[in-house]
Amino acid sequence: MSTENRDPHDREVDDVTGTETTGHEWDGIKELNTPMPRWWLWTFYATIAFSLVYTILYPAWPLVNTATTGLLNWSSRGDLSVAMAAQTEANADRFNAIETKSIEEIANDDQLRPFAIAGGRAAFKVNCVQCHGAGAEGGAGYPNLNDDVWLWGGTLEAIQTTLNHGIRYEQDDDTRISEMPAYGDGILENDEIRDVAWYVRKLSGQEFDAEAAERGEVTYVDNCAACHADNGEGMDDLGAPALNDALWLYGGSHEEIVSQVRQPKHGVMPGWLDRLGDTTVKQLTVYVHSLGGGE
Amino acid sequence: MSSVSEPTRPPQEVGRHDVEPVNADPSDKPLYEGRKKIFPKRANGRFRQLKWIIMAVTLGIYYLTPWLRWDRGEYAPDQAVLIDMANRRFYFFMVEIWPQEFFFVAGLLVMAGIGLFLVTSIAGRAWCGYTCPQTVWTDLFLVIERFIEGDRNARIRLEDAPWTFGKIAKRVSKHAIWIVIAVATGGAWIFYFADAPTLADQFIHGEAPTVAYMTVAVLTATTYVFGGLMREQVCIYMCPWPRIQAAMLDEESLTVTYNDWRGEPRGRGKKRKAAAGVKTGDCVDCNACVVVCPMGIDIRDGQQMACITCALCIDACDDVMDKLGRDRGLISYATLADYNTNMAMATEPGTGRIDPDRVHTDDGHVKEGFRNFRWAHLLRPRTFIYTGLWAAIGIAMLFALGLRDRLEVNVLHDRNPVFTRLSDGSVQNGYTIKILNMKPEPRTIRLGIEGLEGGTISVNEINDEPARSVAVPVDPDKLRQLKVYVTVPRDQLPDETARFTFSVDDQTDQEHDEYRARFEVPED
Repeated sequence: MSTENRDPHDREVDDVTGTETTGHEWDGIKELNTPMPRWWLWTFYATIAFSLVYTILYPAWPLVNTATTGLLNWSSRGDLSVAMAAQTEANADRFNAIETKSIEEIANDDQLRPFAIAGGRAAFKVNCVQCHGAGAEGGAGYPNLNDDVWLWGGTLEAIQTTLNHGIRYEQDDDTRISEMPAYGDGILENDEIRDVAWYVRKLSGQEFDAEAAERGEVTYVDNCAACHADNGEGMDDLGAPALNDALWLYGGSHEEIVSQVRQPKHGVMPGWLDRLGDTTVKQLTVYVHSLGGGE
Repeated sequence: MSSVSEPTRPPQEVGRHDVEPVNADPSDKPLYEGRKKIFPKRANGRFRQLKWIIMAVTLGIYYLTPWLRWDRGEYAPDQAVLIDMANRRFYFFMVEIWPQEFFFVAGLLVMAGIGLFLVTSIAGRAWCGYTCPQTVWTDLFLVIERFIEGDRNARIRLEDAPWTFGKIAKRVSKHAIWIVIAVATGGAWIFYFADAPTLADQFIHGEAPTVAYMTVAVLTATTYVFGGLMREQVCIYMCPWPRIQAAMLDEESLTVTYNDWRGEPRGRGKKRKAAAGVKTGDCVDCNACVVVCPMGIDIRDGQQMACITCALCIDACDDVMDKLGRDRGLISYATLADYNTNMAMATEPGTGRIDPDRVHTDDGHVKEGFRNFRWAHLLRPRTFIYTGLWAAIGIAMLFALGLRDRLEVNVLHDRNPVFTRLSDGSVQNGYTIKILNMKPEPRTIRLGIEGLEGGTISVNEINDEPARSVAVPVDPDKLRQLKVYVTVPRDQLPDETARFTFSVDDQTDQEHDEYRARFEVPED
């Protein structure tokens, strides 16, 4: 701006264009004076003023451990909680419906079911994937929730009960509980255990040692059929898995079956009602039921 | 405009306007320059007429289009042109576009771009001069300004006058009308995005969405500021197109040109000069071309960035030439090639000085042989290529529009798990299937699988018993997402990943779509 005070005629005029130069020169290259519009300059000053006001109103200036919070007390986290609250508010009717309706009613309601599944999927990602896997595909010792095998029943109601109270979960008096005895601790001889394992292989249609299986059948009827049923169908109420199907939680090889009879492993799942509340458990129930194996 | 027009009246005297182009003096300038206010005088003539018509048509299209109705049945909106952001649908008369068909809009934009190249290669910045919203609305604001404050001289007097009650009244009413127009402009915009009558009612009663009021406020501000206050500043300092034009023009493009080969040496008192033996050109230096210019420039300085080629200077100059009994076209649409030819004919070989005797006959008309606008200018390889490209894209889009599907299926195979073994040894694969019913009517779509022997599908909310195909009702103009499980029994399991087809069919109109999917099996 100081150039305005100078006598304009002391500035050099470019021969080719007849335009004055600004007086700036770099290695012989001189800048022609093509004036910017004054409103542009004022706009520039306005943006500077704006940014100053902005840094006072909003978090901006760094301090040692934190930053200024700004006069408006704005934070992106605050924005998020407002948005979340608004979303919850917008879905209040659906949450109320899920709370008051039975699990069967929710699953049969064309409006509620997708909503419940979406909510259940989100809750599953946070609370369940650690054991059951991101796709609910389970793993050794952790049931796959996509298939049609349910240790404690695959109806909506059964799944809801399992989720509410857990399995072998000591803090919940209503938890599902069952415990197969450790037959290796003096109940059966090692030979008997190996024979009964061959019989279990026979029940499930796998290759087996016929002679051993014949011996094992006797042991099975005496010791196992009470819970696993005569033909190995299992019993949902007791959490006794079917032994006549293609799926094995702890493996279906002879070795693995022997191991499980001798010293059974028992999975534990916490009850979720107290942690997540009734609404979320219902959503989880509908989601798990929808994965392809629900009864 | 080329032919000799016999003057019907004796030549009249033409006064001289006291005006200086805003970009007159390139020296003695500060580093930042205040805007020089421009007071364009009203022009009359062919191009002004054309601009009135274009203004009426373009403004009419802009303000009225949202109010046109178009019956699409009970399941779709009846607004002819509607950009339904909330539902992600774009309606244009008989055409409805879904988001995945956005390439039609992209195609239109490409056509608009090539169309702009075509027009620019033929007629320079015709877009700027005639149809650019900045030009049209500035023109409209000038009409208001002229109506309230009078033409150029009255406005200059008013500008310099002290702030009397009369001046304040004029200024207030001018800005008030401008703001009304600005509000109407911003207001019309939002009607493209919602049902116009409903939104208008909501808007008046304060029930419209906040974004509607914000949009109107922003567009009101920009219309008022750009059309009323900034005007030519927008074109010169804010718009990129004037910079691009240099690359778009060639020597065969028509631009508004001051034909100095017949105008120079310019000057007043031609009779006196003639008597004194001084040769003069046609330009009487009356500045009529400068006073009508909305950009405030002098076209006689040559083609320049600030010229939007609105051609009002042609009207002004033709008017003067008529009064003087001279040929029209001292300022005209001309190509650089013709201009150079004419200039060569008008100058003395070697000296480069314009000799009026070479240009004019004894009675002051332009001699035969000087070139003017010819239609042949339009027929150039460049314009052919642009037209061909433009038409090819248009025809391709029309074909695509005619042949496009209104029923589609998208399939996403579950990745986790890719398969599930069931208790009876069968294997199940899960798929997320989206059926798109792109017609505004409810349809029942048969979803089935082809191939994959023994395979059956089951859908949670549709069928209890596994089947080869299921009937799926889909709401009008909606996408329906389904979780579909395909199961193959143990004894029919393929040895490795199998290919099969999901098909969707609408039995009533024979529409069909399919998707090639994979069925994954365990490795053992």
